[in-house]
Amino acid sequence: MTVALSGKEIATQIEEKFPESVVESSEKAVVVKSDSLLDVAAFLKDTPSLDFDYLNYITAVDYYDHFEVVYMLSSLEHNHSLVIKARCSDRESPALPSVVHLWQGADFQEREIYDLMGIRFEGHPNMKRIFLWEGFPGHPLRKDFM
Amino acid sequence: MALKTEPFVLNLGPVHPSTHGVFRMRATLDGEVVVDIEPVFGYLHRGVEKLTEQRTYTGIIPLTDRLDYIASMSNNLAYVLAVEKLAGIKVPERAEYIRVIMAELQRVAALLIAVGSFLNDCGAYFTPFLYMFRERERIVDLFEMVSGQRLTYNYMRIGGVSQDIPAEFMPALRKFLDMMPRFLDEYDQLLMQNEILLARAKGVGILTREQAINCSASGPVLRASGVKWDIRKADPYSVYDRFEFDIPTGTVGDCYDRYRQRVAEMRQSLRIIKQAMEQMPPGPVKAEVPHLLHPPVGEAYGRIEAPKGELGFYLVSDNSIAPYRCHIRPPSLINLTALRDMIRGWKVADAIIIFGSIDITVGEIDR
Amino acid sequence: MAIIDFVINNQIHLQAVPPDWPGGFWWHWLFFTVVIIGFVLTLVMGVIYIERRGMGRMQSRLGPNRTGPFGLLQPVADAVKVLLKENIVPVAADKVVHWLAPVIAFAPALMIFAVIPFQNGALLADLNIGILYVVAISSVTTIGVFMAGWGSSNKYSLLGAMRNVAAVVSYEIPLVLAIVGVVLIAGSLSLNQIVLAQNIPFILLQPLGFLLFFAAGCAEINRSPFDLMEADSEIVAGFHTEYSGMKFAMFYLVEYAEAVAIAAIITTLFLAGWKGPLLPPWLWFIIKVLVVFFAMVWTRTTLPRIRIDQLMAFAWKFLFPLALINLVITAIQVLAWPTALPWITIIINLAIMAILVLIWSKFFFKLGWGRIEV
Repeated sequence: MTVALSGKEIATQIEEKFPESVVESSEKAVVVKSDSLLDVAAFLKDTPSLDFDYLNYITAVDYYDHFEVVYMLSSLEHNHSLVIKARCSDRESPALPSVVHLWQGADFQEREIYDLMGIRFEGHPNMKRIFLWEGFPGHPLRKDFM
Repeated sequence: MALKTEPFVLNLGPVHPSTHGVFRMRATLDGEVVVDIEPVFGYLHRGVEKLTEQRTYTGIIPLTDRLDYIASMSNNLAYVLAVEKLAGIKVPERAEYIRVIMAELQRVAALLIAVGSFLNDCGAYFTPFLYMFRERERIVDLFEMVSGQRLTYNYMRIGGVSQDIPAEFMPALRKFLDMMPRFLDEYDQLLMQNEILLARAKGVGILTREQAINCSASGPVLRASGVKWDIRKADPYSVYDRFEFDIPTGTVGDCYDRYRQRVAEMRQSLRIIKQAMEQMPPGPVKAEVPHLLHPPVGEAYGRIEAPKGELGFYLVSDNSIAPYRCHIRPPSLINLTALRDMIRGWKVADAIIIFGSIDITVGEIDR
Repeated sequence: MAIIDFVINNQIHLQAVPPDWPGGFWWHWLFFTVVIIGFVLTLVMGVIYIERRGMGRMQSRLGPNRTGPFGLLQPVADAVKVLLKENIVPVAADKVVHWLAPVIAFAPALMIFAVIPFQNGALLADLNIGILYVVAISSVTTIGVFMAGWGSSNKYSLLGAMRNVAAVVSYEIPLVLAIVGVVLIAGSLSLNQIVLAQNIPFILLQPLGFLLFFAAGCAEINRSPFDLMEADSEIVAGFHTEYSGMKFAMFYLVEYAEAVAIAAIITTLFLAGWKGPLLPPWLWFIIKVLVVFFAMVWTRTTLPRIRIDQLMAFAWKFLFPLALINLVITAIQVLAWPTALPWITIIINLAIMAILVLIWSKFFFKLGWGRIEV
């Protein structure tokens, strides 16, 4: 059975390594600041006891005043999983660092989030729209589209 | 004096006899060798995720049918699993067993198509494809008995399944289970050691173990690269922890391994169906669920081992009749992340085979 | 020609001298032209029917069975449909080349039949370099194919045409070497004499040659498992992607006419042409051609196709050395027994073929290049 690691415990570990990076934590997920996302992600991937080498999915949710990008990580070896979230409050041109260099599986999923939600990922080698054509006005999955 | 050559761009276009649906690849070729390949998506984008925000939880089930239209039962199952996790609904025993039987039958049917079209891409001009379809017809007949449909079944409901199985289902299923292993043996005899298939598919399009994990591959693609990860064993859902089955894995991760992997998984599915048939108890097939479901505020991620990989639904609810956000984790799209690395250096003919061995359905990629 | 002088000519027991046609040469020529064109076109239709019906049955489905009794009129329906279609020429195509390509591809397919005997002496022209003429003419089709690929101004067509040229040029050599083996035993290049010399069919005396010729012949005419020149699932339709209407019909016809031509050549060289008891000779000829063609349909339905570099490796590393070995062994046998080959050679040749094919395929070649660093 895949153990969903408790957000609170992991949050304490992350706080030790990178102070001031955790915004809030609950049983289910850890919310980190967008600037420290890359450091936290690298820490989660490289620490042997955590060893999160598999990225299940990335998705984004539009809560009217901010965007929340959800990452689910798993470790195939230890069979545990964790949900990390990052928020960005800018509605005009939201941006987050890209985790493509850590997990290549983020490639198409980040492009999809850019296409449908409008969140740019800095450092992505090919930040282009994936489903809709270049020049499509707007980002359809936003709550204020149409 | 060397000849001056330059690479040219060939468009393996959306309308093509061999790209399983409307899928486009822009290949840069140097003679016959593929130097670069860029997949282009979006020809079947229907905005399913936006549509889910305007339908009730039960009304989304037909939408999920049309995602991976070859494996409708699996899509239904993943979605209702996520909703049940979100709302905390318990499913009766009989419904769980029926769901398992349907999901495994669907796995066999979808893998038959996958193997058949892989061999078709290799050039065996439709013969294995049609043989596989002959077997799939029997499975589709079983599904028609149960749900009245041949392709988009719309059979699972939140809290169970929509109706109980009719009386003639079990004998027909038993007959199918008796016949199927013989057919798999016949195909093995014809195809497994075929010289030309070995020459075309062995060593072609290798996906190493590290690459597969890094690219978030899942399903047969991941297991053929040597990673023993199957959600039915690692994170069992429904009643899968009561069955005894193996997880085949490959060694090298080339196209031939993926082909063998799919055939081996078919055999394991038949084992599961047999055990489920024997263990199935009588009882109700659907829990008491209100017509318009208002799940509590929260989020849930329900995932299953679909024939193509890990299919998951991420649902966010705000206590209204429609989900606030429904995200679908598409195994086909994520398995394609490694496409470029797998194809570069091979020839056009191999590009088609490698692409076919990943086994995608465009409905799932584009949603 | 020196070898033929050594091989004793009077080992061939000539039967009746071909009759002198009434009316002289021109009537003979006219009669046979009409017969050949009629024969080829009719047989092509029959062959298309056999292929579609046969392939259908092997794939556990019915083939065409609606048009006419048992679907026999299906090729007629296809021909009518194709004639009525609009003739579309791409804007950027080279007009003259595009128009001329089907003609150049089709003419040789018909010309091959000029030297194939339907009966003793019943052929358009009994050239005494018969088989050499056939080999020469069949190469002209490739020019037509390449013109089609180039003139279509379409990358798929160009790819298909390039593959075709490479494959045909490679497979000419094992083809010709397999023929030379037969010529050594028969003692003449004329196809009529070759058939007359077959007291026992040469397939028994030259089993390795037969296999080589069958494989090389299938590759020459772009049939599965070597049909990557028009690989349906890869490059749409190869060199004839941009053709429609009558020109497409010509290419379609070329494919089947060449298949019939190769089957006819196999029949004359290896299966004793028109010889057989009871039935009239031309009927035996047709039956044998259809049997050989059925074998081609069988291989097409069963086997997947191989890749272009594997195709070339197969020709140069497998067929070509075996063809050379076959030639040397045949030459030794003909020199050892100049007057008549004893029955023991049949067994020797069959054994040699089995051993060579098995050993060669196990040890001596690896198909294709594999992954290239880019």
